[in-house]
Amino acid sequence: MKKVTERLKQHAEHGKRWVIALPMIWLLLFFALPFLIVIKIAFAESALAIPPYTELVTMAGDALDLHLYFGNFSFIAEDSLYLNAYLNSIKMAAISTALCLLIGYPMAYHIARAKPERQSILLLLILLPSWTSFLIRIYAWIGILKSNGVLNNSLLWLGLIDEPLAILNTNLAVYIGIVYAYLPFMVLPLYANLVKHDYSLIEASQDLGARRFTSFWQITFPLSRNGMIAGSMLVFIPVVGEYVIPELLGGSSSIVIGKVLWQEFFNNRDWPLASSLALIMLVLLMIPIHLFRKFQDKEWEDAK
Amino acid sequence: MIEPSLARDSVDNHFLQIQSIVKTYDDVVAVNDVSLDIAKGDIFALLGASGSGKSTLLRMLAGFEIPNSGKIVLDGEDIVPLPPYRRPINMMFQSYALFPHMTVEQNIAYGLKQDRMPKAMISDKVMEMLRLVHMEKYAKRKPDQLSGGQRQRVALARSLAKSPKLLLLDEPMGALDKKLRSRMQLEVVDIIERVGVTCVMVTHDQEEAMTMANRIAIMEEGRIVQAGSPRDIYEAPNSLEAAEFIGSMNLFHGVIAVDAEDHAIIESDEVNAKLYVSYGVTTAIEDKQVVFAVRPEKTKISRQQPQAAHNWCRGKVHDIAYLGGHSVYHIRLDNGKILYSFMVNSDRFADLPTWEEDIYVYWSDDSGLVLRP
Repeated sequence: MKKVTERLKQHAEHGKRWVIALPMIWLLLFFALPFLIVIKIAFAESALAIPPYTELVTMAGDALDLHLYFGNFSFIAEDSLYLNAYLNSIKMAAISTALCLLIGYPMAYHIARAKPERQSILLLLILLPSWTSFLIRIYAWIGILKSNGVLNNSLLWLGLIDEPLAILNTNLAVYIGIVYAYLPFMVLPLYANLVKHDYSLIEASQDLGARRFTSFWQITFPLSRNGMIAGSMLVFIPVVGEYVIPELLGGSSSIVIGKVLWQEFFNNRDWPLASSLALIMLVLLMIPIHLFRKFQDKEWEDAK
Repeated sequence: MIEPSLARDSVDNHFLQIQSIVKTYDDVVAVNDVSLDIAKGDIFALLGASGSGKSTLLRMLAGFEIPNSGKIVLDGEDIVPLPPYRRPINMMFQSYALFPHMTVEQNIAYGLKQDRMPKAMISDKVMEMLRLVHMEKYAKRKPDQLSGGQRQRVALARSLAKSPKLLLLDEPMGALDKKLRSRMQLEVVDIIERVGVTCVMVTHDQEEAMTMANRIAIMEEGRIVQAGSPRDIYEAPNSLEAAEFIGSMNLFHGVIAVDAEDHAIIESDEVNAKLYVSYGVTTAIEDKQVVFAVRPEKTKISRQQPQAAHNWCRGKVHDIAYLGGHSVYHIRLDNGKILYSFMVNSDRFADLPTWEEDIYVYWSDDSGLVLRP
């Protein structure tokens, strides 16, 4: 009997390792390996070949030849098109994040304060749209925003406007699309933070003479900082590299890094330049992630 | 135990008046027509089990719940219409509800800041409060860097900083371990008395209520069962509920046999002798059924049969709980009923009755009480 339990314990240990190993293998195969390939291509030269870039390591006679090409990076630095694209993307991500925060905070606050049985319904409503394909939902926005679309037709019918508003293919359309698509990523972490708040803190604040808004501003708002940061990261980071929404809803004038990347890769078939662009974007995005982690570590230190 | 002060200003006897307060949630009556008068400087404890309505009553004083009917008059002003932030009342929460993102100092200053007090005055007041609770050294700490007892001191300082007319304590020792509890009980009372603030506290712990308060109200099912000094409630409970809620009680069901002006005699099947109480019990003919009650520490144990005609019974020692300072004897009477008797262990090696020994339990004529079933 004792032997059996011993064996079972051993199996449990193995089981634990397997449970961790599976996602690790997954990440290794589908994240780390492709990422290494991207790095490799970023340091290659574009070439008319299949695949369309030079090899990094070649055998020249008896010598192993490592050929690192930095031309892609200097090219990116010289052409202002790329710098503008990066700045545009960051600006777009920053404004979208601010808008999501502004719209998402009241939503998350309201859900967190609703009765428990209503909370799950409200959360479901937040998540429900994502049961439809992302692409279909963005196409639907074209139908809504175009000059003879649902929005313009309703406004014309109501007599609020005399001629259709040009929304589609403008930055406004891009922001509408991004805020719509990324709002759940702001609302969910904020909700997770706000729902844990101890309501007696608000009561204590009121007891000490603070009105409702003061209590919110002095207690709830600062205590939800981590939720706001988490939500902002979840919106900001993917929006910097967003391609689909600017492509479908934005005009040709809105140059963002995602679109430039696509053009370099598919239109110009310049894989090394596209990889370099992707690599720089990744490094840029690591700055806010790093700052966030440092900030969190400091929080932990303070808590001790 | 704190004795009630005898000379009290009669005007201040009605400092806080709770008048016929009713609070219902849907169909459940949480507080059922409660009226209480609390004097200035009192430390008043609402004692009851969970669900007795004591917390609801406290929350109505703070302004977090609105009564369905009734008045709460504090220092001559009806405070029911006032929102919590307008009431001259501060509360120490059970979980302390310290703001985790603020330092000790900022926590204490919070209420003063809401009053737009000048900065210099705030820092003076905060220092004064920190000194009062002996927390000067911890002014810059955050709440999660403090121990339970320290957090409680900060919470107390925060609720006293605005010099409220009324201080509310919600289960003040609920979050502390037992050893710390008895020390903090005395410390908190000491601070409250030094400040001189009137205080209403809620607790389910009778020892806590008796240690800290000079007046206690026992609540059950939304009503006040009895209110009075700890001694009144312990020695002269007015009902079975009150008697059983505080301390332990031996109860005998019986019928009044003799009802004289200065004494009464009760016959009970549960005891060998008749039961005698040294005060008159006014009874109507139809309610001769009564309960005779005697506290375990008022009974004595003997191997010899008592000579008295009243107030004793015979039994076997069923169990002995040795608690060091005293022992609790569980005595099984002839009819199987268990009686409790406390015995002070004043001698180190005394020849005491032991398990299954035949013994007699007796008590003096003025120890018993008559209660209505």
